[in-house]
Amino acid sequence: MPKKFVAKTGNEAIAEAMRQINPDVCAAYPITPATEIMQIFANFVADGLVNTELVTVESEHSAMSACIGSAASGARTITATSSQGLALMYEMMYIAAGLRLPIVMADVNRTLSAPINIHCDHSDTMGARDSGWIQIFSENSQEAYDNMIQAVRIAERIYLPVLVTLDGFIISHAMEGIEILDDSEVKNFVGEYRSPYNLLDVDHPITVGAIDFTDYYFEHKRAEIEAMEKAKLPIMEIGKEFGDQFGRYYSLFEPYYLDDAEIAIVVMGSTAGTAKVVIRELRAAGVKAGMLKLRVFRPFLVEEIGAALASVKVVAVMDRSDGMSGMGGPLFVEIRSALYDFSSQPRVVNYVYGLGGRDINLNLLRGVFQDLLEIMRTGKITRMVNYPGVRE
Amino acid sequence: MKTPGWKDLAQGGIIPEGGTAKKFETGDWRSRRPVWDANKCIHCLICWVYCPDGAVMVKEGKFSGFDLQHCKGCGICARECPPRAKAITMVAE
Repeated sequence: MPKKFVAKTGNEAIAEAMRQINPDVCAAYPITPATEIMQIFANFVADGLVNTELVTVESEHSAMSACIGSAASGARTITATSSQGLALMYEMMYIAAGLRLPIVMADVNRTLSAPINIHCDHSDTMGARDSGWIQIFSENSQEAYDNMIQAVRIAERIYLPVLVTLDGFIISHAMEGIEILDDSEVKNFVGEYRSPYNLLDVDHPITVGAIDFTDYYFEHKRAEIEAMEKAKLPIMEIGKEFGDQFGRYYSLFEPYYLDDAEIAIVVMGSTAGTAKVVIRELRAAGVKAGMLKLRVFRPFLVEEIGAALASVKVVAVMDRSDGMSGMGGPLFVEIRSALYDFSSQPRVVNYVYGLGGRDINLNLLRGVFQDLLEIMRTGKITRMVNYPGVRE
Repeated sequence: MKTPGWKDLAQGGIIPEGGTAKKFETGDWRSRRPVWDANKCIHCLICWVYCPDGAVMVKEGKFSGFDLQHCKGCGICARECPPRAKAITMVAE
């Protein structure tokens, strides 16, 4: 089949993936910068290009509620949101995961208020990191498109909802050349909806969302924990299957010049793309720089990440959100924890960057690597948590 | 019977069958129990209409008893039994 290259922004790519997936139901509410996804998709619905029942609800909380009802009733369900919208959905997100519903949601990463800011950082999805949703980060439009398609299979295999992220404005609104698959290829890859159970099956009546007392809640949660722990292998298998069929392979993370790296960064999202330029520069200059681009944030892959970083001398964890804990960003804390049991451990420092869409450019990244070289040279860490790009 | 462990439970905490409320015997929540006087009862079935738990049993159009496995002792039946009958009294459990 000849490859089809088109110009698509991240939002357009997600909407296109959704068109090809042709979900049964979408319940959604607009919010910048995710609005376009459902706006474009609504046009597909109006033009009869999909069979989707589009429910235009009154808020994101209602959107996720409707998605839950839909997914529990035998319908493949997809939605999209950002920032405050995701935050408004929080209570329902935990419910979707607890009910083991394979809902797929695109989150266009936009920071959380206050102050109000419509631009990119990861605070919105970080707020949902304990919600039980699988979280897959995209570096660019191509990945956003590919991840959305894989997400449907992942969700319906593990029976946990899946969040596919793309950086607000940076990916969502920036035009890129991407390869899109044939409608039939996507249709075959996602297959028929594998419903975990069906409220509309009147021959087998069930109750969904019943109460637990102190004697059963723990057991139900333990089962959900198990699902998240076991999600790793299906995610890898589906990523490999995608590669076998379409030529682009996906796994839990992408090591970039990491094998023999002495200094490395850990990063998620679009910044990884910028970092690749800097790393190639450094490599050309003989510096053993590398990167672990984390694709799957939930589940958090302690062994794999630890193993990949253990022989690096100095690691900078790049966080596009702050944990407001006094100890830097959430990824920093988790990476340090992942490395704790390894006998060889890198020095690990944190760079909280890009909050509220503050630009993270080549120079700032070059600065980060220079810091790492300095730490490697002197053995001293001057500051554990850094804020590159902020005005002092 | 061994209390189910986490591996034994239905996925997502669903209850995989209908009509399970019947198995939940709320009768032991009672602190008062309805007592029926056969001589006073006019079998109007108003108690059956009002019982919130469906704990008034009816057979062939006549009052036939209380389902004490499910009666929570709210006393609505005694309250609603019409003045000329007053066939139900609540007594301490």
